Amino acid sequence: MTPQPAPRPARQPQAAVGTPRSRVDGRLKVTGQARFAADHGPADGIDGIVHAVLVDATIGRGRITSIEARAALAVPDVLTVIHHGNAPRLPYRDNSFPDSIHPPGERLRAFQDNHVRFFGQPVAVVVATTLEAARHAARLVEVTYDAEPPQLDLVTAPAHEPDIYTRGDAAAALASAPVQLEMTYRMGRNHHNAMEPHAIVARWDGDRLTVWEKTQWVADPRNELAAVFGIPQAAVRCYSRFVGGAFGNSGRTWVHSVAAALAARELRRPVKLVLSRRQLYFGIGFRPAYEYGVRLGSERDGRLTAVVHDVRGETSRYERHSDDLALGRMLYDTPNFRQDVRLVPLDVNTPTWMRGPGWSTTATALETSLDELAHELGIDPIELRIRNEPADDPATGQPFSTRRLHECYTTGMREFGWHRRSSRPRAVREGDWLIGMGMAAGAYPAESAPAQAHARLGADGTVVVRSASSDMGPGTTTSMAQVAADALGLPMWSVQFQLGDSMMPPAPVHALAWTMASVGSAVQATCDRLRRKAVALAVGDDRSPLHGVPADEVVVRRGWLHTRADPRRGETYQQLLARNGRTHLEAVGGYEPPEEIRYSMYAYSAIFAEVAVDARLGIVRVRRMLGVFDAGRIVNPKLADSQAHGGMIGGLGQALLEHTVTDPRDGRILNANLADYLVPTNADATDIRAIYIEGVDNEAAPIGVKGLGEVVQVGVAPAIANAVFNATGRRVRDLPITPEALLMPR
Amino acid sequence: MFPFTYTRATSVHEAIEAGERGGRYIAGGTTLVDLMRETVERPRALVDIVGLPLSDVSATPRGGLRIGALARMADVAADPVVRQTYPAVAQALELSASAQLRNMATIGGNVMQRPRCAYFRDVSAPCNRREPGSGCSALEGYNRTHAILGTSEHCVATHPSDLAVVLTALEATVHMVGPEGRRATPIGQFLLQPGDTPDREQDLRPGELIVALEIPPLPRPLRSGYLKVRDRESYEFALTSVAVALHIRGGVIHTAKVAAGGVGTIPWKLPAVEQHLVGRRPSPDLWAQAAERAADGARPLVHNGFKTELLRRTVERQLRIVGGRS
Amino acid sequence: MNPENDAGHGRSGVSRRNFLGGGLVAAAVTPLLNATAEAEAAEAASATAGGVAQVLVRAAVNGAPVTVLVDPRATLLDTLRERLDLKGTKKGCDRGQCGACTVHVDGRRVLSCLTLAASTTGHEVTTIEGLADGDRLHPMQQAFIEHDGLQCGFCTPGQIMSAVAMVDDEGPARSDDEIRERMSGNICRCSAYPRIVDAIRDAQQVMR
Repeated sequence: MTPQPAPRPARQPQAAVGTPRSRVDGRLKVTGQARFAADHGPADGIDGIVHAVLVDATIGRGRITSIEARAALAVPDVLTVIHHGNAPRLPYRDNSFPDSIHPPGERLRAFQDNHVRFFGQPVAVVVATTLEAARHAARLVEVTYDAEPPQLDLVTAPAHEPDIYTRGDAAAALASAPVQLEMTYRMGRNHHNAMEPHAIVARWDGDRLTVWEKTQWVADPRNELAAVFGIPQAAVRCYSRFVGGAFGNSGRTWVHSVAAALAARELRRPVKLVLSRRQLYFGIGFRPAYEYGVRLGSERDGRLTAVVHDVRGETSRYERHSDDLALGRMLYDTPNFRQDVRLVPLDVNTPTWMRGPGWSTTATALETSLDELAHELGIDPIELRIRNEPADDPATGQPFSTRRLHECYTTGMREFGWHRRSSRPRAVREGDWLIGMGMAAGAYPAESAPAQAHARLGADGTVVVRSASSDMGPGTTTSMAQVAADALGLPMWSVQFQLGDSMMPPAPVHALAWTMASVGSAVQATCDRLRRKAVALAVGDDRSPLHGVPADEVVVRRGWLHTRADPRRGETYQQLLARNGRTHLEAVGGYEPPEEIRYSMYAYSAIFAEVAVDARLGIVRVRRMLGVFDAGRIVNPKLADSQAHGGMIGGLGQALLEHTVTDPRDGRILNANLADYLVPTNADATDIRAIYIEGVDNEAAPIGVKGLGEVVQVGVAPAIANAVFNATGRRVRDLPITPEALLMPR
Repeated sequence: MFPFTYTRATSVHEAIEAGERGGRYIAGGTTLVDLMRETVERPRALVDIVGLPLSDVSATPRGGLRIGALARMADVAADPVVRQTYPAVAQALELSASAQLRNMATIGGNVMQRPRCAYFRDVSAPCNRREPGSGCSALEGYNRTHAILGTSEHCVATHPSDLAVVLTALEATVHMVGPEGRRATPIGQFLLQPGDTPDREQDLRPGELIVALEIPPLPRPLRSGYLKVRDRESYEFALTSVAVALHIRGGVIHTAKVAAGGVGTIPWKLPAVEQHLVGRRPSPDLWAQAAERAADGARPLVHNGFKTELLRRTVERQLRIVGGRS
Repeated sequence: MNPENDAGHGRSGVSRRNFLGGGLVAAAVTPLLNATAEAEAAEAASATAGGVAQVLVRAAVNGAPVTVLVDPRATLLDTLRERLDLKGTKKGCDRGQCGACTVHVDGRRVLSCLTLAASTTGHEVTTIEGLADGDRLHPMQQAFIEHDGLQCGFCTPGQIMSAVAMVDDEGPARSDDEIRERMSGNICRCSAYPRIVDAIRDAQQVMR
């Protein structure tokens, strides 16, 4: 049953939305003029910046017994060294959801006690007038510790009580299933490694604090710093106009921001603190490592009768970060399902979201297990999935708002040449290379959150729209301008969308694929309202050519308000405002997700990968990838493709290259740099393609989008892993898949 | 970084005098500046030698190659004389690092580069190479990229240079100038295994400056090449690598030069492999048999055991690539 | 509006005015300094950083002469960003592992994070700010916009500087695979790689 689409908000012509516009901030970025957090300084009116460098703990757990800062303070140009021994007590007011996205627990505090909770925890901050002096002095701070061996073993450490989801009777169904499979997948810890290291410039003016900070949510540093320092939120302002990639790593404010703000307050000077690449590995969060057990029970024809997930995921001791691992509950029609998720507190810093958080993890396990089942039964992997395609959401019983996953499969099969895949592994060889194809499905919730926007039409006919969102690469400033341009009937060049200032109308964190649906809908609503205001002014103005026309019959194109019946009858925004003596018109508007959600709303992915595995050397190269996405309306296909490339190449890293290595003796992270932690290079990204299934989803959002930013990395790693199996006949269940796992006999 | 003085040498003589007084030579800086930032290196005085006239590349009589120590990696890789006489040198260079690093780094610096061991590079971890007697963190630690050959109980760090593997295979000579005059030593004796003195990485006396690397002539025609195996497609140090040079005449291998990288505390010459090849006819079986000797003496660690087998396979593969087709 | 011109003094008591001669033209304009030889010598003799003699650097940056006293430890990257207020060049790793800091020295692409500022005397440095001709973008910049060879934009200056030198200094690439390999010293975590390749392929034609 196809749900009825929500009524269209206006019959404005769609000229910008849906077109492949170039980024409006492209020029700023290619000329080096786009300013990221660490770029702020004199040109922004911030004079006298001094530099702060953190000192990191060199034990994995224990207590600081002494801190000797004399040698550091003796370095010329050093201003201060702050640590738990001399730092003021900070109020640390509570700051939980919805003012933040902190996981439950006690957030890490800056220099408030002598506990070391993980290797690398900041234990002091050194501030100097030159960067060289600050860095050098930081090395001279002598810290002694009472060290204990840290608990770092995900597999054996005691876990919290499990979070259990269950429907039907999975144990019984599994036991009586004609086909039973059991496997365990292991996924190493991954780090975002965005190109921009976290950075903050903090400046106090009396009791007011301004920060230029790397964040995906400008409200968050405001809320967190206000809470930490015990000052009103109104006393803090956060700017974050350009963010150098995030992938989830700046949805919350980390302890280095507090350290910088504290130093700035103590010194009464603006402080700049930039984390080193190394410090990113323990100074901010990461995608946690998992041990993921899957048991499947099915009929001989592949219909799943029971699915059981036993999951262990790492978290810190002081906060419980849990990823949303719900993919298994809704992807396939399984009447009996049980999932036990155990968070294992370890002596590490708290994980956080990373692209496709949770969904990508479950997809790796679930989609590989389905491939194993397909192989076991001799059924084509896509056919197997189609046989398990649910009519309604098996978890909630609700109908899907839109679910075009089947079309993703068939489109992908056709475009990728799936028929050329051999169902028998290790069947295709080209010289030294074994060739294989694999696929995987994915999904990501199409959710949204409250958002507001403000739009101002000037007498010159240009519009500025604002919302406190961010743009870490998806192209938000462009796509929002497109929405606004169409709603107002203006050409793109006369519309500007501004973000990145906590004083702007509130927007949610730029994550979880919320932004297009939430901020986009708010922008739509706000600009609709502004247009209707202009129209009302015109039709009520007896000197206007549109006087007396029913408002519903007036549309705007290229700034020309006119009647639909007779386009010549109309006037421009400029004429309207001028004649009415108005310098501007403005409107505020917002979006609230509906109270009652009557549909199951997800974006879907079907990822296809072809790999070449060196038959003797074991190295894996992805030759091509295709992602087919059901994400509802695509506001900008050019930007969408860039997102898709990002997600798929990110998934390549997940599958073949990335894992953070920790020394179990002391928690030291051993590959805390970009030479030893391997991210994909240009040479690794060969043939990457994306296709979007046509169709909007007006339940998911008034503007018909389902969100793309997260789903693009869901299903990629298992597609590649499955391709490796098809190529070699060897099933590798530990990610990343490295050559040592594929040194096969002749 | 610890403070230091910076001066530029305008002559080799001036440089050596400064070196004798404890100055550290800096050329491209890609190793030194990096390690100084980590405070692994803490020189008090840097002597910039990059302007010295030591970057010539020339063929030597009878078909050898002399490469000035200050020639940049990128220039050497592009040099027609190099590509003509010893293309494996160019190949190894082009597979090294990145274009930017190759524009900066010099040949001498490349051979002198220091290990990538994470414990060596982290001054808060015990490391016998940095501080003799403090212990080796890698032995019981994470050692996937460490060596299986030439190790001692004191150090297991791999020598990371690709070029040095080719130079070792081809038995290059390192030419130096120092306070006591000129000196030359085979590269196999210049680069030192850790043994009991892991802090001594090269046979280089105080104040000595490398001026050139010279590759001797080899019988022609010579087939050669460098194969580098790594996790990702580019911009990564070798898991294993192999340099091979063969002179085949009348269907018989007359000369074989083979060395491996990514596996040894120094580039690892493979005389047993070479001996197995000389006097025999190329064939897939020959490559496989010869390669069996490649890991003789290997002492794998917990995480790098795979290198033993991967090394054999890499040798076999490169023998086939270089010697396989006529 | 230069941090160097403020009244603050380091703990050594040395004036923070490390530039010679008159004031520094701030912000995005390439600084031009005038200094007499005597003034240089006097300042050089007295200026220290960490108790160690500073180094006088005379280089050209984006075509304009620059004279500056630097801490020997200062990298070209930090000098460009913190002293000359040229923030276009980015610090991604400060270890020579990501390429974000790529600039040209004498027309060759190099990593400014591993280049000591002191070593740039007598050389020409070109940064992203020096690429466009006034308002006219360089063909590589234009191509990056058109093909969307960027997303967050942080690695973009380094990518573009790397690509321009790849073509101009080293020679155009003959295939997409060659572009990929020769650009692999520039990491992009947004993974704009496919379009970076498209942009470079296109720009190469125009740059002929």
